[in-house]
Amino acid sequence: MKIPILKLGKYLLISVQVELDDQTALQFQEDLLNQIHKEGSEGIVVDLTSVEMIDSYIAKVIGDVVDMSNLMGAKVVLTGIQPSVAITLVEMGVTLTDVPTALNLEQGLEKLQEELEG
Amino acid sequence: MRVQSSVEIGTEWGIVSARQAGRELSKEMGFNNVDQARIATAISELARNIYLYTDNGVIDLDVAEKAYSKGVKIVARDVGPGIENLRDAMTDGYSSSNGLGAGLPGVKRLMDEFDIESEPGKGTIITVIKWLR
Repeated sequence: MKIPILKLGKYLLISVQVELDDQTALQFQEDLLNQIHKEGSEGIVVDLTSVEMIDSYIAKVIGDVVDMSNLMGAKVVLTGIQPSVAITLVEMGVTLTDVPTALNLEQGLEKLQEELEG
Repeated sequence: MRVQSSVEIGTEWGIVSARQAGRELSKEMGFNNVDQARIATAISELARNIYLYTDNGVIDLDVAEKAYSKGVKIVARDVGPGIENLRDAMTDGYSSSNGLGAGLPGVKRLMDEFDIESEPGKGTIITVIKWLR
């Protein structure tokens, strides 16, 4: 299953609508980095509203995506993390340190704008 | 309610099937959204351990019962190499793979009961329960 990546000006928008299995997550990591390279994107919003479960491995892959994108010069904001997902991640002891997050897509885009202008 | 199911973890897809089965069962039993996520996440971690460290294993899902209370019981069984040092495996931040080391201690925190039996060379049985509140 491929996760669609939409282009919006200098940004890329991703809404994860599928159950994240390992293969899908790794494929997404590769696709996104290639897309950043191809489009010269400056900012990325990954919306996780529809994601119902993130285990420690998937969290690691997501954290890696953020680090890798940063290395390429693109900022990533994660949005829409559900209450149940936030609770389970913290209880498990998984922290996504230094990862910018926002409540929803709209605030995520604003955050990117601020970071890029500031 | 007597729902017993068993998911074999031979591939990555087994991890997904096991946690989906766990979520469905916990939803049917009336667990709230957060507990459903806790149960699905715990299953995912247990199934992932089987996938990473053993050739195969099984996740059994069952309804547990005690006076006035019901729960979901998850048993992860494998005949893999077993865990050499249980104390290390239960320490936060310890990982023998390249994971985050959140595995077993994390599972213990997500669930109400946690029991582990492991014998090097013979395999591991981890039993966890979440009670319905």
